Amino acid sequence: MSALTQLTIAEARAGLRGRQFSARELAEAHIAAVAAARPLNAFLAETPERALAMADAADQRLQRGEARAMEGIPLAIKDLFCTEGVLTTAGSRILDGFKPPYESTVTAKLWAAGAVMLGKANMDEFAMGSSNVTCAHGAVENPWRRRGDNRPLVPGGSSGGSAAAVAARAAIAATGTDTGGSIRQPASFCGIVGMKPTYGRCSRWGIVAFASSLDQAGPMTRSVRDAAIMLGAMAGHDPKDSTSAPVPVPDFEAALTGDIRGLKIGVPHEYRLDGMPAEIEALWQRGIDWVKAAGAEPVEISLPMTKYALPAYYIIAPAEASSNLARYDGVRFGLRVPGGSLDEMYENTRAAGFGAEVRRRVLIGTYVLSAGYYDAYYLKAQQVRTLVARDFGAAFQRCDVLLTPTAPSAAFAIGEKQDDPIAMYLNDVFTVPVNLAGLPGISVPAGLAADGLPLGLQVIGRAFDEATVLRVAEIIETAAGFTAKPAFLAGGG
Amino acid sequence: MALDKATVAKIATLARIKLPPSEQEHLAGELSTILTWIEQLGEVDTAGVEPMSSVAAMELPMRNDEVTDGGCREKILANAPDSAGGFFTVPKVVE
Repeated sequence: MSALTQLTIAEARAGLRGRQFSARELAEAHIAAVAAARPLNAFLAETPERALAMADAADQRLQRGEARAMEGIPLAIKDLFCTEGVLTTAGSRILDGFKPPYESTVTAKLWAAGAVMLGKANMDEFAMGSSNVTCAHGAVENPWRRRGDNRPLVPGGSSGGSAAAVAARAAIAATGTDTGGSIRQPASFCGIVGMKPTYGRCSRWGIVAFASSLDQAGPMTRSVRDAAIMLGAMAGHDPKDSTSAPVPVPDFEAALTGDIRGLKIGVPHEYRLDGMPAEIEALWQRGIDWVKAAGAEPVEISLPMTKYALPAYYIIAPAEASSNLARYDGVRFGLRVPGGSLDEMYENTRAAGFGAEVRRRVLIGTYVLSAGYYDAYYLKAQQVRTLVARDFGAAFQRCDVLLTPTAPSAAFAIGEKQDDPIAMYLNDVFTVPVNLAGLPGISVPAGLAADGLPLGLQVIGRAFDEATVLRVAEIIETAAGFTAKPAFLAGGG
Repeated sequence: MALDKATVAKIATLARIKLPPSEQEHLAGELSTILTWIEQLGEVDTAGVEPMSSVAAMELPMRNDEVTDGGCREKILANAPDSAGGFFTVPKVVE
């Protein structure tokens, strides 16, 4: 059955509609792959029975010729999405045993498009991390290994279980969420495609909140075309999320024309960091050459606030998190640790339920919002955020999309960068500004580092112009011809 | 800014997270490092810059003031660590 786990969404769609295999056969192959992927710790819950029931329903639709956009496509769902009746923990002990009585809008849309749920993907606790080392239920392993080095590597984060599952061929695609790079950086580390849409494109309703002004759901896939198909099924206005944009969802797949002639591709010179590995610089230059060869025009642009985006993010995100995570109090859901008084119960519950990184961020957020510090930290960061967004606005006067590396390094070993939170935060230096400005961005696997690990390039676009982002990304994907596979393949080679 | 142990203890209380005294010193160091790094924002001239309150270029939508949901007490209580008589329970707060 291993051939079925190699398919992209587009290929599986054709095979299902052409009756080359059934949705049940496709689901069975992936259920076996999910089980075989257990050494990666990529799943927190497996839902094989539900997958088969959904696949059978998909087969009936296929037989009637009523197939929908994602009919029969087996997906991993990041554990941040509430799934009705299925354990949803956000990778945290504080949500031990939580089975939501409702379904998130994005997953509901995917099921309404015919998709099949394989299980819930592991992640950094509350999506706070860039390594999947902060999962309450153990670290996720990247299916890739450095050449000649068997040490386990991180898959990136926070959507690390999703990325590992898709890279290892345990799921055709997965949902992710991206607050500061949590889709794009793990996609880069695992050699897959990951897209963060424009803020407001996908509903946040039913997604466990981390930093509400930054969080956005998106697809993680093995091709740009798949990202276009899946984003189309996830996106759309939702009255239940007041920041969901009441704008039509274009046919993203139709945007993949293969023609980028005349487009201006911005290259931000502030992204040429001191000390960035030469091979990432070289890969970036190859990307510039590829789009040029396809008839686009590279233009040097400037994003002067780049350096300040990360510290601004590390005020805004923890501030919002400290507020959002106030709801975990041991009263309405999840963990409760008794105490002599109500306050003591809160304190005991939250001490036992939150891991070190979550605790660190809640404390930072509480501090920057506390009386006397609000103006110096939070207000200042919100002003810098305005300036970051203005930088992009000025750049998009001169170009149509930006092309950058996704991350300043390839995947690192589990345990590296553990003692230095700031070194860990720097992983997101190229992705965080995009969230602050609410823009769409995608990571496309573009090559291998000298040690054999995948590296991604990022395309950033104007708000609600995912179509152009996808179109340019597909050109890079085609030019790169990335066919390398990880060392560990749950779904066979 | 360097945070001392007393400040860490205070914000932990505000955040309702029990912090054993043995961890205060370590956390004070960690949080101070992060805050010092964050303070490079002081280099940016933000005089007269409007703070961003929403990245979505849209007004918050209005709707009619009417009940659109409800009648699902059982579902809401189903995840409670403890409930009684249709209510969440908490330790006694009034003597």
